[in-house]
Amino acid sequence: MMVSIKDRVAIIGMGCTKFGELWDKGPYDLIVEACFEAFEDARIKPEDIDAAWFASLVSGFTGSRLSNALKLEYKPITRVENFCSGGLHALGNACYAVASGVCDIALACGIEKLKDRGSGFSMMNTEPADSSKTIPETPPGNMFAQLAIRYFHHHGWDVKEGKRVLAQISVKSHHNGMLNPKAHIHREITIEEVLEAPIMFYPLGLYDCCGISDGAAAVIVVRADMAREFREDYVLIKGLGFDSGAGQANLRDDYDPAHIQENIEAARTAYEQAGIKNPREEIHVAQVHDCFSIHELVLYEELGFSLGGNARVDVEAGTFALDGKLPINTDGGLKCFGHPLSASGLRMAYEIYKQLQGKAGPRQVKNARTGLIHNAGGIIGSFNAAVTILGRRD
Amino acid sequence: MVGILSFGAYIPLWRLNRRAIADGTVGEKAIAGFDEDSITMAVGAAVDCLRHTNREEVDGLFFATTTSPYKEKLGATTVATAVDLRRDILTADFSNSLRAGTTALRAAVDAVKSGSAKQVLVVAADCRTGEPGSNWELNCGDGAVAFLIGTSEIIAEIEACYSVCDEMMDVWRYEEDRYIRSSERRFVIDEGFLRVSKEAVSGLMKNFQLTVKDFTKAVIGLPDPKVQATLAKDLGFDVKTQLQDSLFSRVGDTGAAYSLMLLQSALEEAVEKDRLLIVSYGNGSDAIAVKAREKIGNRNNSRGIRGHLEPKKTIENYVVYLKRRGLLPINRPPRPLGEVGPPALWREVDQNIRLKGGRCQVCGTIQYPPQRVCTRCHSKDHLEKVRLSDKNGRLVTYSVDYITWTSEMPIITVVVNFEGGGRMSCLMADATPDELKVDMPIEMSFRKLDFREGINIYCWKCVQVR
Repeated sequence: MMVSIKDRVAIIGMGCTKFGELWDKGPYDLIVEACFEAFEDARIKPEDIDAAWFASLVSGFTGSRLSNALKLEYKPITRVENFCSGGLHALGNACYAVASGVCDIALACGIEKLKDRGSGFSMMNTEPADSSKTIPETPPGNMFAQLAIRYFHHHGWDVKEGKRVLAQISVKSHHNGMLNPKAHIHREITIEEVLEAPIMFYPLGLYDCCGISDGAAAVIVVRADMAREFREDYVLIKGLGFDSGAGQANLRDDYDPAHIQENIEAARTAYEQAGIKNPREEIHVAQVHDCFSIHELVLYEELGFSLGGNARVDVEAGTFALDGKLPINTDGGLKCFGHPLSASGLRMAYEIYKQLQGKAGPRQVKNARTGLIHNAGGIIGSFNAAVTILGRRD
Repeated sequence: MVGILSFGAYIPLWRLNRRAIADGTVGEKAIAGFDEDSITMAVGAAVDCLRHTNREEVDGLFFATTTSPYKEKLGATTVATAVDLRRDILTADFSNSLRAGTTALRAAVDAVKSGSAKQVLVVAADCRTGEPGSNWELNCGDGAVAFLIGTSEIIAEIEACYSVCDEMMDVWRYEEDRYIRSSERRFVIDEGFLRVSKEAVSGLMKNFQLTVKDFTKAVIGLPDPKVQATLAKDLGFDVKTQLQDSLFSRVGDTGAAYSLMLLQSALEEAVEKDRLLIVSYGNGSDAIAVKAREKIGNRNNSRGIRGHLEPKKTIENYVVYLKRRGLLPINRPPRPLGEVGPPALWREVDQNIRLKGGRCQVCGTIQYPPQRVCTRCHSKDHLEKVRLSDKNGRLVTYSVDYITWTSEMPIITVVVNFEGGGRMSCLMADATPDELKVDMPIEMSFRKLDFREGINIYCWKCVQVR
């Protein structure tokens, strides 16, 4: 008999480094900065941690990376890895640990030093053809370009029209990024600049793609009934939805590649746990996986924020802008932070956490009481999607 | 009676305008794509030859080339596997000679005649490189042909073969040579091409009681159209009406495949009872008499030479050719594609080389690659393998990657749905971005994905239907 995670776990502290091309910082620097900010925020000492989950694709193979950085002596630390959703998986595992009662205080940290390797990271496993050595691994931009081609085709838009819809999303995110000192990129852009930018993965251009960055973020969780001991304005976990695709998009010839089913399923689980029936009304702020602008566009529909296939209408109406009905990627998104894979989910949680505490400064969404974080890691058809819903304690 | 059951060809889509090499030149030569070589072209020709024939009945494959990528690894097995033939077949490479194609043809006839095999596929392909600026560079073209040799339902009989061997350093390549070497031109033509070919033809006529008058046409695979005409004239053929067109202005001299390519051209025009004299040359000469039978009109839907002369894409930029041939030094190697672990490559031969998907015997879903657990009904181990390489399909979606540093950019990645079921993610070859459309018809083509650690990683890409 499964029980919902709702209201059983609370976040009492978070930390997040500046993201960017941090040539002068190594993995230990980033881990220490993110985690110590979280310790200070929670008003605990590192020794108070009972267990930790550590997410990284390229910056550590085992939990001892974390223990070495923080000098946590003989604590249980598990490395988790799910590409871009690694950070939320680390959080999820920490939540389950404290909810079960076997830990009181758990830490989750995600970190990547992508810039030590030039262009980031060598590509993904090609599930379901994982061991097939002749299906080529090329950057993820290609599968999102394929998503865009198919999505435009589905709506009967020519590529120019489609690109214009995407451009508005990037312009919106860049504007938000200007208001966030921790973002990598601080630059206002215009729709024309987006449309005239060089093509990377046709039809996606430079401003449709998030950058490659270094960064780390961390979160500390406790069982909800203990949270008051640490702070008044703790934030509650309302729902955790995780799923893994089984390759359906690539194995089944009737799967329409204009959508990503994994996103829909993970969101469904999270909403069920949180008791949310009308996301468009009940979610007040969200950070979603805008690795490429097209992904943010389809997510508006897949997360239930745009109804009836009308994401374009909402984009053009400014529904998801900072001053709109449901601000999305208020901190600038992957677009302005870049995407150190395992850190991103926790960076997004950091923004929602601050929003729900009323500490988001110029980015503050009024009366934000419930927020959503979404990531998806891997390749389309075999995504590991993760949706986390956070809520204020009242 | 032993002869040709069917034939097929493969000529790359690409042509290099000879003016890109030198002013004052004429015509075009066929050049392989950056992802093509003798083996991939041989597969293309074999597939064309075997359209609508039962591949299970082929029990031999001879592969003739002077440009095998390997010095010690059978090309014939790669071709046989890619074409999805049985394992219990006779395979051999015929190499090191420009007449390897006709030698292989003769050996196939002998194998069938002796009962050593029932149906032998003879495939010849070449991809030779002449030194930049040389006549060889101007003249050589890339391409492949295939002939299926057997005994029943033949469309042309191989009536007689006569060979002479000749030890001479006329045209050759040493072990490490990239470029063709040749001796003084008049020496090669007079003492090589002409003298030795005449010896073989004369031997053929004498031993089989034939004269020039018994032949409709001469098919002369010598590496120079002028010399072809000289030989034809010297033998007594009318050069205007009885010499098979050399294909020089459209394809070029395709090495070990050349004589067989001209033979195929001739068969495409032949009528019943036409008798063709095939002459090939390379350290000796093979002279072969081929007679068209009643079924010569049966083309079995193969495209042959005719079907590969058009469509074509002409390149005007010499540098593209140099890059494709690997003749320009590069500092930054292309990003590796695919993986080279021999055990994994071996384990996946069925899905990667034979392009086998799986059909679930419980729910009928076709999936690629074959899965232990069915994607739809989740039955375990109920998949039967099904060949997808000969299926047509349509583009579901595509992307054009301008970022990934590959041998030739941009790289096009696509998703295709096969007719009859099944889906595959793969690369698309020979296409330019402006040609791409959702739903466009495609077919599969055997190509080289990458080369590392001495291993060619072959794969199937899709191409626009020709």
